Amino acid sequence: MFPRPIEHQSRSIQISYQVLVPIALILWLLPLIGVAVTSVKPASDLAAGNYFGMPSSLALSNYADVFTNSPIGQYIWNSFKVTIPTVIGTLVLSCLTGFALGIYKFRSNVWIFFMFVAGNFVPFQILMVPVRDMTVNLGLYNTTTGLVLFHVAFQTGFCTLFMRNFIRALPRELIEAARVEGVSEIQIFWYVVLPLMKPAIAALAVLIFTFIWNDYFWATVLTTSKETQPVTAGLYSLNGQWIAQWQLVSAGAIIAALPPVAMFFLMQRHFIAGLTLGAVK
Amino acid sequence: MSLASTETHSRSWWRENQQKLTPYIFLIPGVIFFLVYVIIPIFESFWLSAYSWDGLGEKEFIGMANYAELFDDEAFYTSLKNNVIWLVLYLLAIPAGLGIAIFLNQKVPGMRAYKSLFFFPFVISQVVVGLIFAWFYAPGFGLFYMIIEKVTGSEIAILADERFATYGIIVAGLWPQIAYCMILYLTGLNAVDPEQIEAARLDGAKSFKMLWYIILPQLRPATFLAMVVTVIGALRSFDLVSIMTDGGPYGSTRVLSFYMYEQALSEYGYRMGYGASVAVVLFLIMMVFISGFIWKMVGDERKGL
Repeated sequence: MFPRPIEHQSRSIQISYQVLVPIALILWLLPLIGVAVTSVKPASDLAAGNYFGMPSSLALSNYADVFTNSPIGQYIWNSFKVTIPTVIGTLVLSCLTGFALGIYKFRSNVWIFFMFVAGNFVPFQILMVPVRDMTVNLGLYNTTTGLVLFHVAFQTGFCTLFMRNFIRALPRELIEAARVEGVSEIQIFWYVVLPLMKPAIAALAVLIFTFIWNDYFWATVLTTSKETQPVTAGLYSLNGQWIAQWQLVSAGAIIAALPPVAMFFLMQRHFIAGLTLGAVK
Repeated sequence: MSLASTETHSRSWWRENQQKLTPYIFLIPGVIFFLVYVIIPIFESFWLSAYSWDGLGEKEFIGMANYAELFDDEAFYTSLKNNVIWLVLYLLAIPAGLGIAIFLNQKVPGMRAYKSLFFFPFVISQVVVGLIFAWFYAPGFGLFYMIIEKVTGSEIAILADERFATYGIIVAGLWPQIAYCMILYLTGLNAVDPEQIEAARLDGAKSFKMLWYIILPQLRPATFLAMVVTVIGALRSFDLVSIMTDGGPYGSTRVLSFYMYEQALSEYGYRMGYGASVAVVLFLIMMVFISGFIWKMVGDERKGL
């Protein structure tokens, strides 16, 4: 293990380490803690110059205010309407492509694989004008459907890479044995490979959920009204309306951050497994 | 009778060829989606960059005029310069992430919780990160502002000051990026071969030498991945600029991706062609890195096969 395990060090080093870690954590999260505290401060505290002290009373009313006086509930709902279909669509497509590229040997395999990989690295700004134009022409501009279609397509690149590498690592004998038994290819996919892909599916589901929930660029490019905009784009316009009302901005920011955070803490192991794929040989 | 026989015939035909055909059938939906929404638009952008177009009316072919205009465009150079600053400073996330990972790589009760809390900034949206840091820097009451005022006695509104605004945004961007690199290295450190470490310890290798000669070479896959995501992150940067300064003050914090958005969908009339030409430049810069990355991945793939 590197660095040398702390258990082998002197008692005083161990204690100072255990003191140091929480301090470092507080410093690291200081901006976030500040915003969290601000979000429960009554407006009068801020007016009176109490910026850093404890709130004089716990003003959960800020959260209620955000929900009643702004369309944030609608924004959150829109985010779900974009995120969940995208997760499902991407997983379906990439299970198929990953299976095809991971199991079969055919001439164009490597080329198709690298098309997905390369497309995934592209600065997506280069897609903006054509994709926006196409979405307008399809009559899907300013709809959640338009946003979902694009996200599904773009995320399929990354997910194909992930799925294909995952399937490659499965024992090939399983598939060979099934073929000898006369099982059809489609049954192999459905009954042999798909059940083994559960960890990959779980990891990608959380990752895609977080990526799409947090997307801001495409939300601003493809949607414009509060009936369709996800919460990231919504926060931008609310921030414009709530000038200097930091207790509201903070509460809104915390609300918008909660779903992916909850997702992360619930499915932490899968999340990190997905993110660090390829970090170890 | 004949119907049944063609059916059995086609069935056996399928059965004989299914291993050849299945991959194509499975690929069709994904490939079509990806071509339509990703690959073809890349070429379309190249093509559009030779036109003058407001997004609605007729496209007018103007050849290289958009690029000629870029050449004399002050705002374009500002954006380009800022992208370079972003790229260079963003790379600091890699050593910083490694540092935190080494600091946290201990087996102490509660360590798992600490690690996930350190990772926290990566999970939240860049929009939220931007708002958090805007609050942090806010003149008059922001925490950072107050600290600077206490320490130096001067009042600096980071995001309203042309000299500092870009750096202020980059610091906000580094926060989640360091967290990402940290988690990559934590995973990498987990897989480091303990026997090699013991052997090196017996040879008397001390901490820094050990890190440089024994640990870092084994962390190479993590470093590669950290490099890829950091470079891409730096060149794609848009969210934070849009949220924190909207390109200002006086356009001094623009980056290429923001400038292209601004030009293409500007409130003074859409300039889709000009925006596309900015995107093409960004794409070409990215290509230099992408081809390097892909080259390495192809090499690894060959070795693997």
